[in-house]
Order: sequence, then structure tokens, then C-alpha cells
Amino acid sequence: MALGRSFEDMCAQMYYRGKMFGFVHLYNGQEAVSTGFIRLLQPGDAVVSTYRDHVHALSKGVPARAVMAELFGKTTGCCRGQGGSMHMFSAPHNFLGGFAFIGEGIPVATGAAFSSRYRHEVLKEASPSGGLDVTLAFFGDGTCNNGQFFECLNMAQLWKLPIVFVVENNLWAIGMSHLRATSDPVIWKKGPAFGMPGVPVDGMDVLKVREVAKEAIERARSGEGPTLVECETYRFRGHSLADPDELRKPGEDVDFKLCATLPCCIAFGLMCKFFGFFISYIMLKHSSLKGIIRKSKRSGCCR
Amino acid sequence: MAAALQTAAPLRASSNLGANSERFRFGSLLRSPAGRKGSLLVVKSDGRHSVGFNTRLRGGNLIANAVAAKSEASAKSTDSKPGHELLLFEALREGLEEEMDRDPRVCVMGEDVGHYGGSYKVTKGLATKYGDLRVLDTPIAENSFTGMGVGAATMGLRPVVEGMNMGFLLLAFNQISNNCGMLHYTSGGQFTIPIVIRGPGGVGRQLGAEHSQRLESYFQSIPGLQMVACSTPYNAKGLMKAAIRSENPVVLFEHVLLYNLKERIPDEDYICCLEEAEMVRPGEQVTILTYSRMRYHVMQAAKTLVNKGYDPEVIDIRSLKPFDLYTIGNSVKKTHRVLIVEECMRTGGIGASLRAAIIDNFWDYLDAPILCLSSQDVPTPYAGSLEEWTLVQPAQIVAAVEQLCQ
Repeated sequence: MALGRSFEDMCAQMYYRGKMFGFVHLYNGQEAVSTGFIRLLQPGDAVVSTYRDHVHALSKGVPARAVMAELFGKTTGCCRGQGGSMHMFSAPHNFLGGFAFIGEGIPVATGAAFSSRYRHEVLKEASPSGGLDVTLAFFGDGTCNNGQFFECLNMAQLWKLPIVFVVENNLWAIGMSHLRATSDPVIWKKGPAFGMPGVPVDGMDVLKVREVAKEAIERARSGEGPTLVECETYRFRGHSLADPDELRKPGEDVDFKLCATLPCCIAFGLMCKFFGFFISYIMLKHSSLKGIIRKSKRSGCCR
Repeated sequence: MAAALQTAAPLRASSNLGANSERFRFGSLLRSPAGRKGSLLVVKSDGRHSVGFNTRLRGGNLIANAVAAKSEASAKSTDSKPGHELLLFEALREGLEEEMDRDPRVCVMGEDVGHYGGSYKVTKGLATKYGDLRVLDTPIAENSFTGMGVGAATMGLRPVVEGMNMGFLLLAFNQISNNCGMLHYTSGGQFTIPIVIRGPGGVGRQLGAEHSQRLESYFQSIPGLQMVACSTPYNAKGLMKAAIRSENPVVLFEHVLLYNLKERIPDEDYICCLEEAEMVRPGEQVTILTYSRMRYHVMQAAKTLVNKGYDPEVIDIRSLKPFDLYTIGNSVKKTHRVLIVEECMRTGGIGASLRAAIIDNFWDYLDAPILCLSSQDVPTPYAGSLEEWTLVQPAQIVAAVEQLCQ
């Protein structure tokens, strides 16, 4: 999470200094979702993301150096400079992209989940994870009005595919408010409409996300089928670095910013949960967290 | 040929040789009952037969089968000819089945491909043999199941995605263009997409505008995609197998009206090179380039042209992307005149690109402008006479060649 935040901030710096070009979509504020889910995965599991994919790639294990080089269009980038910000891929880490059009990654994720089931049942290959290899599909609230989303919910539940659909609901699709675009804005309720469980979760709290993620991933791994998880989160920057971000009210992010800075987030959450008894634990955590942040800024090798 | 088939039936009915018609076709039992070379099976036109010696030749004639009777010759020729006869859709199925046997990662997905056997019966019987996961019946969601095929391909499977009609793949254009075509590139070469997208297209018999589309012209610009069109049972099976074995995403165009074409194809394993064109009729005077169903209109016109004294060279280009400029170029260098006959619309069709490619590469060899006969730029009408009028007919081809050769 610390790495993700500092990485994205550095991207913004480079972009505004004129060293990075094109469409760059930053993940500031949503780090808990990425960390909460992806850090639970095994190496054989796959992740499919959207154009807001830098931090998903980092969480999956793609070296920060490779991602940053890709953003500069260098051959040392993870896609040899051919993909760019919106097309991060890494075969060794089973990171399947990086898709520029919203919704087009969801069928690809469904296909990866299908191949997991196929390998298990047809090819009789045993996965080192002990069950089925799981695929996570990340996408936003805007995508939840797209046909491919619904078509894949149907197919995934129909064939009980090992996939978790993770909605990063940050309430805005560029300048379109989720409430103005959606007849029924409660996304997690759309899961049961297709026969799969739908779960809402506070996307700013990494521990809560992790709890829900654990259950959803275990469900998928054991062959019980897909889950739709709606993470309520917020993006602290505009849709992309080219977005003037004029439509969002300045005070809107206050509720989400309670947990804006990372040490605060974890410390605050911990304090609320274990008030008093764990003060010393928190003090220790705080100082070691400071160390983590320093380390991540220096070497970019921890998450 | 028909006579031979008729005689084969009574042979099957009799149990003298214990052979069924299948084995008879391969001639494996033809000589075995007698046990020595030179004996033959005599089949009389009334269905009676005798084995072991030629009963019609008497008087100690040592040359046992100097003059073969007509029915014998036909029966023998059917049975001793190598290969087996089948229809084009069966050839596609045979190719698919052989590849599925050969590689367990090959799977099929599409609407009605499983239990229904495919709307044109190309996948008939495969679901029973391989199971519902390997031959997957999908809901009606072209964009999503094509994307699913792409996702499965990135993780190591080799899916064959069927569009029930090629026109339906318009709904999958997002996935075909962005993911099939481009994912190999945008991932920096990390993922290959060995997917085959196939289905029937082209103008049928009064199917209406939307079921009569030619998608090859829409897909040809997609970078990273390879396109082939089959036209005979032989090349249908060969191209299907080659497309499945290819590491590239391949779109295999079949034609609704060609599924019942019958041909004798080899028994042994063979593939057709995806990038090669097929020489249908060598000639010296004019090069006619065509593909898919128009090949048959061209061959019909060729008969008329030959009678009129022309010598056309007919090439079935087969590979729509990339073009086989080697074969085409050699032909142009020989004849110096080119006619392109296609079923695509005139605007932005395969013919338009082919014309540009020939002009770019072989301008100096041309003695006349390249003529291109295509379908009219209109939605295909329902009425049969109107529909016929929007397509290229043999008479137009003859007229075009006459014009070219003036």
C-alpha cells in the first residue's frame, strides 16, 4: 500500500513535468482494495484489471522498476514499452492486464477462470494451491452498467467458475456520478440476481477487505463459484492526470479521507477495534510502519 | 461415380465377404477372399456377384481382366481410389475432431455447439465424445464468450469459438479487435492468443440483409489477426487443422452455401498452409483471383471462357490476410491481366485491398487496369431476384474477361 501510494505520486510528478504522456489513471485512495485482495493470492492465481492497473500490478508482484519503465515506454518495461499505462501485463506473475476499454477485461478474466476449471477437470492437472486457481477481476462502478459485466456474471455462475468480481465503486466514472448513471446504484445486490452472493465492504479499510476477500477466494478455490464484492472506495485524484476533476465537490472525500494517510489508517482502525489493550502494539506498529514507508520509497520492493 | 455407389449398396447387403461399405471403399477386402493377386470381384448390374475368378472370360484367356466391365470398373474405381468422400461440413468436423484428439487443450465454445451439434452440424457428436466442458454451449453473449476464449487462450488453452453466423461476431468486435488482435502486442509478446474464430458467412438463399454479411472486409484492418477462407472440403479440413495448430488468432470464414459440397479427401493427416493461395486452373491469358463461393461462379464462367477460346488462370486466394503475393505475383508476371471476383461489398472490401497490393508490387507487369467485380454496396435484399442481382454472376465474369483481353 505504501509502495502503491508513493508510486502513483511519482507518476503524477513525472507526468506534470512532461516526462510521461498519454492517459495515466492513478489509484490514490483505493490501495486497500488492491492489497486486501491480491496479497491473499497464490502464484498460480490470476488478476485482471482495467486501465487503473499500476497498483494491481505492484500488488501482484510485478517489480516497480518494470512498471515505471513501461510508463516511460522503455524496452525494460514489463511490456517492452509496447503497452503503456493502460496495458500492464506480466506472464510470470499471471497478471493478465491492463485493458483500456472498460468491461473488456471481465470476459478475459472469466476465460482465465474457465481455463482453471478446464485444467482441473479435463486435463486433470492438480494446482499447487490445493484447489482451483482463482481469478480476480477488478473494475469500477461505471463498468457495472456495461453488458459484458452482466453477461459474465451469468456465465460465471452458470459454470461455477473460480472467479471473484471486485467492484471498486469510487462513485465516479470520469465526470459521471454513479447515482446519475445507474437505476439501482446498489451494485452488490446484483449478484443474487444471478444466483451468486453479493457482498458490500468498506474499501478504505484493508483489514475488512481482506476478511471478505479471504472468504470469496476460498469459495472460488473450493469450486463453490463466483462472488460479487462491492468495495466502497474513493479516488483522491481525478479520473486521469488529464482530468480537470471539476464536477466532484471538494468536501466529498472527507469521509474517505479519515483513513487517508497509511499509518493513520491502520493505527486508527486498530485503535478503534482494540482500544486500550493494544496501545503498545499500536506504538510498535506505527514505528515499524514508518520504516516500511521509508523502505518502499527507497527501493520499491515491498508492499 | 453414382453407378459405383449404387453397386456398393447390394455388396453391403450381402454378407458373403463380411464387409461393410466402409471397408469396401478402401478396397482392403477386394482381393483377400481369393487370396491371390489378379482375382477380382465381379458385380453384375442385377446385384449378383461372384468372387475369386472372372466368370465372364472363358477359353483359357490368361489375361484375367484385360477388359473390365463397366460396373466392375466403377466399383473398383470407387473402392481402390484412396481417401474417403464427405461433405464440407463433415470435413470441418473431421479436422476439428482430429485436432481435439491430438491436443487435449483444444476446446470449442459457441451457441448450440454442444447438445444441438452446431446449427450447421459442424460440431455434431463432439459433445457426447468430449463432454460439456470441452464443447461448451454458451449463452447468447458473443462479446463475452469471445472474450472468454481470449482469456482461456492466454492461460494455455486453444479455443475454437464458433459464431453461429459470422454476422453475430459484429457483437464481438470489441474482443476480436482489441484483445484477439492486439493482446499479443500490447503485452510485449508475453501472451499468445492461439484462438480460432470460425463460422458461416456470406450470402445464402434469401436469408435477409443481416444474415448475409461479409465480415472479412470489416476484420481485415485489425492488426494481429490472420484470416483464411475455405471453399472445398479438402481445404476446409486442412485450414481448420492449420488454424488450430497456429499460435496466432485466426478467423476461418466458411460459407453458408458451401457446406454440402462433396469431395474425396485423403485419409492421411494433412494441413493446408494458412498463407498459401490455391491454383484452381492454370492458364496463360488472364489471372482471376477469387475466394469462397465466388470460386464456383468463376469456374462456371471459366467453362464458357474456355469454349470461347480464352485461357484464364483461376487462383483461389484462400488467405485473406496476409495475401499470398508470391503465388499471385507469379501469376501476374505470366498473364499481365488481373480480374478479382469477390462477394464482399465494393467499398473497402478484400478486392480493394488486393488491388492496392498488386498495384504496389506488380505495377510494371500489368498490361491493363485491374478489374474488380464485387457485390453491390447495398443491404442484401430478401427477394431472390434482387439478391441475385447484388452478387457477381458468371455472365458478368465472362464479360469482364472479354473486356480485359481486348
